[in-house]
Amino acid sequence: MNTFAIDNQILDKEETMPRTELQALQLKRLRETVARAMNVPFYKKEFAERGITPDSIQTLSDVRRLPFTTKEDMRSNYPLGLCAVPRTELARIHGSSGTTGMPTFVGYTHQDLKTWARLCARFLVAGGLRPGHTAQIAFGYGLFTGGFGLHYGVEEVGAAVLPVSSGNTTRQVQLMRDLQPDALICTPSYALNIAEVARGMGIDPRTLSLRFAHFGGEMWTEDMRRQIEAEMDLAAFNNYGLSEIIGPGVSGDCAARSGMHIQEDHFLVECLDPESLEPTEDYTYGELVITALTREAMPMIRYRTRDIAALDPCVCECGRTTVRMTRVMGRTDDMLIIRGVNVFPSQIEEALFQVEGTSPHYLVEVNRPDRLDEITVKVELRPEFLSDKMSVMQTLRDSIVRRIQTVAGVHAKVELLAPQTLERSAGKAVRVIDRRNLQG
Amino acid sequence: MFLENKPGRLSEPCRLLADAGINILTLSVADTQQFGILRLIVPDWEAAKGVLEKAGFVVNVTEVVATEVVDQPGGLATILEIIEEVGLNIEYMYAFTFRCNDKAVIVFRFDNNDIAVTALQAKGISVVGGVELYERARQ
Repeated sequence: MNTFAIDNQILDKEETMPRTELQALQLKRLRETVARAMNVPFYKKEFAERGITPDSIQTLSDVRRLPFTTKEDMRSNYPLGLCAVPRTELARIHGSSGTTGMPTFVGYTHQDLKTWARLCARFLVAGGLRPGHTAQIAFGYGLFTGGFGLHYGVEEVGAAVLPVSSGNTTRQVQLMRDLQPDALICTPSYALNIAEVARGMGIDPRTLSLRFAHFGGEMWTEDMRRQIEAEMDLAAFNNYGLSEIIGPGVSGDCAARSGMHIQEDHFLVECLDPESLEPTEDYTYGELVITALTREAMPMIRYRTRDIAALDPCVCECGRTTVRMTRVMGRTDDMLIIRGVNVFPSQIEEALFQVEGTSPHYLVEVNRPDRLDEITVKVELRPEFLSDKMSVMQTLRDSIVRRIQTVAGVHAKVELLAPQTLERSAGKAVRVIDRRNLQG
Repeated sequence: MFLENKPGRLSEPCRLLADAGINILTLSVADTQQFGILRLIVPDWEAAKGVLEKAGFVVNVTEVVATEVVDQPGGLATILEIIEEVGLNIEYMYAFTFRCNDKAVIVFRFDNNDIAVTALQAKGISVVGGVELYERARQ
């Protein structure tokens, strides 16, 4: 039986390189990266302290002798202090939104942009996009890397771009109806928002022309994938990346959709225990630490992503030889500690999906009213599950409480909401509000 | 209707129905600290559903059982005993009566309406249809 969601196609020979050849390429590029990084005062100083030169990198595991780079390092070198090329060499500047602090900027040379487009094209092809297709991009265009990254990726594939950007959801649906795109590119939560708005307009999203979707930019779960696929009748593909490294294109699903292939010819990815900083065993969750192997403008050495995932070195049935990563299950900095228990918002989402009657629209609130942490999960119900019987509603609420207890190990207060109560987002959905700090 | 338990949440649907000229025959509210369930009986439920849904409310339509009882002490107890005998639960009831001649009408939501109707009719209790109920209410 064909277990692939779509036709299996592979764009570049680097994706199927024998491991020894790939590792030799990685080693060569790691040395080049160290050489380029010597042009960055921050790295020059760090390397000097450790006695590192390009020649001191003899094997791939020597990467562990290199210093880490953190978000704080980017901030203390604000705005473009980590660039290895003169300002005049830059072809583009992207940046993070700065929602959690000072914004950070990332520079690209022309070659970086070409590399980036190719990386995006690879995962788009792996996920079904072909020359002649049309892809509707509902990622925001701007400093955020999602819009422009995927835009040039779609062009690199040879497909047509419908650059709608995010927001104006009614118009998104009208364009889908009138221009019949093959693929949708946005955050998974925005796709659900689009489906909901379509139904409100009397258009069944399953009848639209969309055949596949490429989702990234936020965490989501396997249950959410199944739900989007059922609601929109398409195959959904996951991709991963972060602006500090390049943007989308670090890894992406193939037709088998059992882990995202890391584009190892361009990125050296380690998975470390966030406490001890020792490598984790294969298949064990840890923090991803990424070294960009080909970035010209801003070489990034051992960037601490704070994203938690696991690595799978097992050879994939699609033919690619690259290591796969699981979907990101949490971030070291959005892990909630509730009365000493580590809770990831993704676990709450997983629990909600397992209870019939809930919708994917939810909000987790954390309070500390009386020195003890209190977690409240607000969840919208599906209209057909709203009952006139109080007993039915209370049973539903109790089963959500029990499910969260089982999956996440915490007792949460559960508030049931009518459909369409919570605010919708066109970009990354707000899932957690932690009020503990505000209350001192 | 499912409502959040917040000030003003109850008046909004009532105002919408009033503006549409729809009279509420009766209502009952069940509430917890966080949410409430508003149940209404209106003569033209399709129109009412349309008005409320247009305003963004989720409305479900439920079958209830209207029974005729003699308006005298023991009238309600007779019905409750019949329901107990067949082992049914009453989810809720509307605490109001339509009087017609010497008979009153009480509206129930049972956990199984079909069994309840069969049991009541077997004991000679008459069940009032929707059209007739609205007719009596109008009088």
